[in-house]
Amino acid sequence: MEGINSEIIIVILATGIRLAAPFLLAALGEMFTQRSGVYNLGVEGIMMMGAFVGFFITLIGGSPLLGIAASLVVGALMGLLMAVVSVTFKAEQGISGIGLYMLGWGLSGLLFRLYVGAITTIDGLKPVAIPLLSDIPFLGPILFNQNGLVYSAFLLVPISAFILYKTTWGLNVRAVGTMPEAADTLGVSVQGIRYQCLIVGSMLAGLAGAFLTVGHANMYADNITAGRGFISIALVYFGRWSPWGIMLGALLFSMADSFQSMVQVLGINFPYELAVVLPYVITIFALAISFGRVWGPAALGKPFQRGTRG
Amino acid sequence: MKEPLISLQGIVKKFPGVLANDHVNMELYPGEIHAVLGENGSGKSTLMSILAGLYRPDLGKIMVSGVEQKFRSPRDAIFYGIGMVHQHFKLVEPFSVAENITLGEKDSFLLSKEKLKTKIHELGEKYGLKINPDAKIWQLSVGEKQRVEIVRMLYRGSKVLVLDEPTAVLTPQEAQELFNNLRRLASANCAVVLITHKLNEVQEIADRVTVLRQGKVAGVLEKNQITAQEMVRLMVGREVALNYERKPSSAGRVVLDLEKVTALNDLGIPSLRECSLRVREGEIFGLAGVSGNGQRELAEVIAGLRRIESGKVSLDSQEISHRSPREIIDLGVSYVPEDRLGMGLVPQLNTMENLILKNYHQPEYSGRWLLKPKVIQKHAEVLVDQYQVKLASLHQPVKSLSGGNLQKLLLAREISGAPKLMVVIYPARGLDIGATEAVHKLLLELKSRKTAILLISEDLDEILKLADRVGVIFNGQLNGEFPIEQTNLEEVGLLMMGSRSVEERIDDNEPACL
Repeated sequence: MEGINSEIIIVILATGIRLAAPFLLAALGEMFTQRSGVYNLGVEGIMMMGAFVGFFITLIGGSPLLGIAASLVVGALMGLLMAVVSVTFKAEQGISGIGLYMLGWGLSGLLFRLYVGAITTIDGLKPVAIPLLSDIPFLGPILFNQNGLVYSAFLLVPISAFILYKTTWGLNVRAVGTMPEAADTLGVSVQGIRYQCLIVGSMLAGLAGAFLTVGHANMYADNITAGRGFISIALVYFGRWSPWGIMLGALLFSMADSFQSMVQVLGINFPYELAVVLPYVITIFALAISFGRVWGPAALGKPFQRGTRG
Repeated sequence: MKEPLISLQGIVKKFPGVLANDHVNMELYPGEIHAVLGENGSGKSTLMSILAGLYRPDLGKIMVSGVEQKFRSPRDAIFYGIGMVHQHFKLVEPFSVAENITLGEKDSFLLSKEKLKTKIHELGEKYGLKINPDAKIWQLSVGEKQRVEIVRMLYRGSKVLVLDEPTAVLTPQEAQELFNNLRRLASANCAVVLITHKLNEVQEIADRVTVLRQGKVAGVLEKNQITAQEMVRLMVGREVALNYERKPSSAGRVVLDLEKVTALNDLGIPSLRECSLRVREGEIFGLAGVSGNGQRELAEVIAGLRRIESGKVSLDSQEISHRSPREIIDLGVSYVPEDRLGMGLVPQLNTMENLILKNYHQPEYSGRWLLKPKVIQKHAEVLVDQYQVKLASLHQPVKSLSGGNLQKLLLAREISGAPKLMVVIYPARGLDIGATEAVHKLLLELKSRKTAILLISEDLDEILKLADRVGVIFNGQLNGEFPIEQTNLEEVGLLMMGSRSVEERIDDNEPACL
């Protein structure tokens, strides 16, 4: 393949790093949710709402930071809704997740038509070059000239791992998702932990949505999430509920995604149709290989009911 | 007398349609081992769940060291020093011992391994409960898991330790060790509460017994008053035979013959390994073993429900290894599975339908197209009457029946087919004394009618009461067998844990001939 020089490679890799951010944010959030025993299929819908609200508040408030804060709030509210339905009322999680997805999908589109209507661009987040590090040849522009949300998403990987494995809260989360009866008898509030995880996880999903508008496209369009929420859920399985595994999956997918978009944009000599399906093919392969015997949170998907009478 | 650590006063707990606890009083003193005895449904589990904070009583008081306290959740109970060791362990399998012990502690944000290990070590030294804090739960034996549960409660400062049927899953040796540990705890001024229905254990270890019957305290016995007869009288409300009259076996020809059968479990791992075993007509062969050593797979292989990888299963010298379940049924094999309501009976179907599940297709019960409802009803009426199954209506789904009545119904269906061989697995599990007695009598009667019976059980008492020959299954193989007269409990217990049989050991000790 002629015509691929180092500059193009840098662009592809830098874009890949940037595009990993929404997957990372959403998937790490979903990881906490699933670790506590609830799967939230509504991630896509929450991302859509986060994307719209982030965009809209940035548009009227003039600051991307305000937009990001708003996306966190809307994410938390949707997580709360999911928690009420699936934890307190013990609704079937798959169904309530699909409901949440459709709510986010419909509501974000409606609000966009009502309050914005036409494609409008905003001043989104600017890249922040990290002094010294960004001057490293090749790696510098790829890794250290990104916007704040990208840095945060990657920082969240070790932070999540630390929280999950080294803190008592993380232990509680893992216990609640694996054997809620045990946690309950020892005085851990199963419902409380699940509420917390759903809310935190949904805030991260909202943030992932905001990244797409405020940190990437600088505009809002219908279906801007393009299935990234669902892919994030798959990444949780791919990464086997571990932050580092999720990061690996997110990078694999985003790099393929970046490659395919560059193929189109730069007119690289590579079959365009093949490039478009590449990320999805990689995902399917990766999932097929990584499945086999997967250890997952044993109580995933099961509402908790204390004590049956004996 | 000392002040009680805990005193339950007038506890009442209602569930829809049931008065589970009816003004129950109970006192627990430091340094005592207190057994709570009762049949299923007598309210002992409810009472203990109230003590552990899982349920709230409708009426009555819980006094802790003389002060009334309200328990809103298990956390409150733990706070007041009451620790419960459940029958089904509340342990997180993929976690380490240390993580399981610290779970739910609120003292720090970060997990502090070192401090925890020191404390686990100290507790282990003090009470003789040694445990490796880094081991993962799934790597531990059942006895060790139980020890983790106990250490966990001690770690939380429990002064009252409630154990629910703690020996149900233990080998006799493990049970002995547990009892030694419990004595040590009692001598350190803890109160130990033992919920059980095993009379010999109560006699062996308890200082006091509270017997519950139908939600009420039927009596409290002090150490010197504890006798098996008295406990049963209080539990059941009448005299019950503790031992059956055993007719000598008239064992004849070999009915069931397994030769080197290998079969996989549901996970695809071999769980029967070249297992050989024979059962003769007119005998009960009792197969003991810790559950999960291939018992279920063995029973399913015989019933034709599980494919065998190698080896041979014969019935009356006729190979049945790869026959379908129906062919095997028609040859006279009856299987009473452990899962009565699910595998044995269809919960949503009524009594009549369940009673003809195995022979609805025979001309007796169905014509060319249609079932013969009158014949079926008559058949059901006769069996229900003969086997004394208590039910409201023949038309009611069987899921509403009690465990004892379900088992009687299942046995009625199986025995009425006059089987040559009956495979019965854990027949008395979850049944109360009265129902157990009825089920055992049915098995003995069947034996006297020349049926070969393979009795698979984890309850050694049951095997010793019923069997003519005793075998031990370990790791998918028959690990020794004896005639009942030569069976000794200790030997069986050792074999259950995998030590090799006596003969083999003798073989090993013989000097080489060359």
